[in-house]
Amino acid sequence: MALSLAAARFRAAALTLPLVAFIGVTFLAPLGTMLVRSVHEPLVADSLPDTLALLDEWDGTSIPGEKVFRALGLEFQELHKQRALGGVATRVNRLETGMRSAVIRTARKLRDVNPDSWKEAVIAADPVWGEAKAWRALQQSGERYTARHFLHALDLGQDSVGKVVLQPPDRRIYLPLLGRTLAVSIVITMLCLILGYPVAYLIANSSTSKANLLLLLILVPFWTSLLVRTTSWIVLLQNQGVINDLLVAVGVTTDETRFPMIYNMTGTLVAMTQILLPFMVLPLYAVMRTISPSQMRAAAALGATFRQAFVRVYWPQSVPGVAAGSLLVFILSIGYYITPALVGGRTGQLISNLIAYHMQQSLNWGLAAALGAVLLGCVALLYCLFNRLVGIERMRFT
Amino acid sequence: MQSAPHVEFRGVSKTYDGRTMVVRDLDLRVQEGEFFTLLGPSGSGKTTCLMMLAGFEAPSSGEIRLSGRSVQHLPPRKRGIGVVFQNYALFPHMTVRRNLAFPLEVRGISAASRRQRIRQALEVVRLDGFEDRRPAELSGGQQQRVAIARALVFNPSLVLMDEPLGALDRRLREEMQFEIRRMQQDLGVTVVYVTHDQQEAMAMSSRVAVFHRGHIQQVAAPETLYEEPEREFVASFIGDNNMLRGHVRKAERDFCDVETPGGTVRAFPVHGCRPGDRSVLAIRPERVSLTKPGVYTNEFEAVVEDILFIGDHLRLRVNLCGNPNFIVKIQNTVGHSAVLEGDRVRIGWSVMDCRALPDEEGGSGPTPVNQQGTENRSRSAVDAGKPKTGRTNDSVLAQSHREDGV
Repeated sequence: MALSLAAARFRAAALTLPLVAFIGVTFLAPLGTMLVRSVHEPLVADSLPDTLALLDEWDGTSIPGEKVFRALGLEFQELHKQRALGGVATRVNRLETGMRSAVIRTARKLRDVNPDSWKEAVIAADPVWGEAKAWRALQQSGERYTARHFLHALDLGQDSVGKVVLQPPDRRIYLPLLGRTLAVSIVITMLCLILGYPVAYLIANSSTSKANLLLLLILVPFWTSLLVRTTSWIVLLQNQGVINDLLVAVGVTTDETRFPMIYNMTGTLVAMTQILLPFMVLPLYAVMRTISPSQMRAAAALGATFRQAFVRVYWPQSVPGVAAGSLLVFILSIGYYITPALVGGRTGQLISNLIAYHMQQSLNWGLAAALGAVLLGCVALLYCLFNRLVGIERMRFT
Repeated sequence: MQSAPHVEFRGVSKTYDGRTMVVRDLDLRVQEGEFFTLLGPSGSGKTTCLMMLAGFEAPSSGEIRLSGRSVQHLPPRKRGIGVVFQNYALFPHMTVRRNLAFPLEVRGISAASRRQRIRQALEVVRLDGFEDRRPAELSGGQQQRVAIARALVFNPSLVLMDEPLGALDRRLREEMQFEIRRMQQDLGVTVVYVTHDQQEAMAMSSRVAVFHRGHIQQVAAPETLYEEPEREFVASFIGDNNMLRGHVRKAERDFCDVETPGGTVRAFPVHGCRPGDRSVLAIRPERVSLTKPGVYTNEFEAVVEDILFIGDHLRLRVNLCGNPNFIVKIQNTVGHSAVLEGDRVRIGWSVMDCRALPDEEGGSGPTPVNQQGTENRSRSAVDAGKPKTGRTNDSVLAQSHREDGV
């Protein structure tokens, strides 16, 4: 009996295997790869094994000896033949500006030579090899496992003696952006809560037919393409758009002083709030539906004003929905990409836009991966915080 | 003002959609200290009356007065009425203590006084020691007591209860009936109580108003309702009654002769009657006897169709005077075993135990059916489908079909 029950349970569990496989291949594996990529960068180490091995004995300040130059020259020649130098040049360049062209120029000039003194030939090809910083950059980019990307992602750098320090304020990029992303997410979450709470309350306290109609209206945006919705905000908000035209027409503003409402933070806030609103309303509604209307009636019968009844009876019971909706909207907005990319302009960009930039433009996947990991860490941290404050098991999402 | 009733409904009507009247032209007076029950099947308008009294619904027309003062524009929180809701409506996120403190806190009562009142209220419902539990940690009966304590803790003079025992099992329900009655008498508060359970209403109330289709059929003490029903609905709703339908042939002041499909029955005319009127006769099964000839005014021969052995009594089913389900209840005393299924017996009852009421189901009553809600319509369909008398059955069906627009 117990055996057959266990078998039945096993069969039921086995039905989820396709999903498990799917998630594994399409989610967990890429996630793992990315996380590994953020600390593991073997390209330079694999391309210049001899040079890097010899550099191990280098003191880090003087100019290396002939042996090192020779190894470098031979390996550059080989890489040039295989047309594999670009990746190495890019990576060294990330540590020392100007090294990309230096590496490529050196390799081109050394193409067919076999000099007596490699040291002279290499320095002649590009004088930068006569400086220690070039070799330091080469050595550091040759580390197979590196915290460099994470340091970079957190605007930390290493000073000349290798101590980890915060970048000077004018060179910080990612921390301010992360701060801005968090701030924008909080603002959007608050806006969604303020706008969504009364709607959810209305739906939860309507008759079934009216509630279904209202829910339908909430869900309609889900059936419209995200791109369509975002671009329609462009139509509405742009300088020559519907809203500005209207404001000019009724005399609120003039043609010269049209409000800049898109391609800036305003555009990002407005469009994202509109897009994420259903994710707030639905969990709220799910919780409010379970709060009996007799609760408010009972409070009124016991002598409470609507305010007292709401604050002391209704709100505390709706908190699990508030928490679930807020968490959902916050986590979605912290990693939101497409809307800020389209309507955010320069000031409305969020951290995910920069991750995309490093994935697609600068091709610094290691840094993109590190930024992604930082973001993941932020979300995990928030989840733990929420769990501590509200209790995940008390939340209800549907 | 001393003489003004505690609760008064004056010509109160309520409609939600402008067409269906849930409560129609209702007059009602509840005196100070009464345990007053609104009894009726679901959809009869009793809960609507309670909600109007509490202030959650406004009458469409008419007026409700509390101690002589109109409460037309008084919101629920200012009426000072304790309400016990159907599913208790305890605040699940608060402990028992905080649930009870709530009405006191919103009234700005001091902490010391609050503590004392909460203690007293919990003593009244015998729940002291449960202050720090949450509602979910209490049994159904305990939750019920907390709900009552919360409705009493701010000392209201009027307490409304909406089917408060509906969710409890039978044994607990009977126990709570006594408890609620005891509390009401100890505290001397006026209680307006809503239920569809006629036994509950009979056991607890000082007076009962029987609701049917938005009308009050009769207001009386429980004994009076049982012994002297004045309307056909009351006679059939309260306890068991054998109903016989027929036409009045002869009417006197103290009695009337009603011709039924199985013969003429002499009955007591409750509202007076004239020859030719349609009438329905109500006879309690326990007032009918097996008899020798010449004992009763009303005596009939019938064949025993079924015998149901209950224990302390037996129920015989006979086909009599057009009612195929005429029940005779006889005490389980020596000699009852003489009666067997298929026996021909002589059945008799006295004139005073046979009440002649106006036949409302037959269609001549004052209640037009076309304004009823769906629930009432289904009920009338059930009534019509139940073969009460062979002769009027068809016309009853025809009537209800015509009036329902079927």
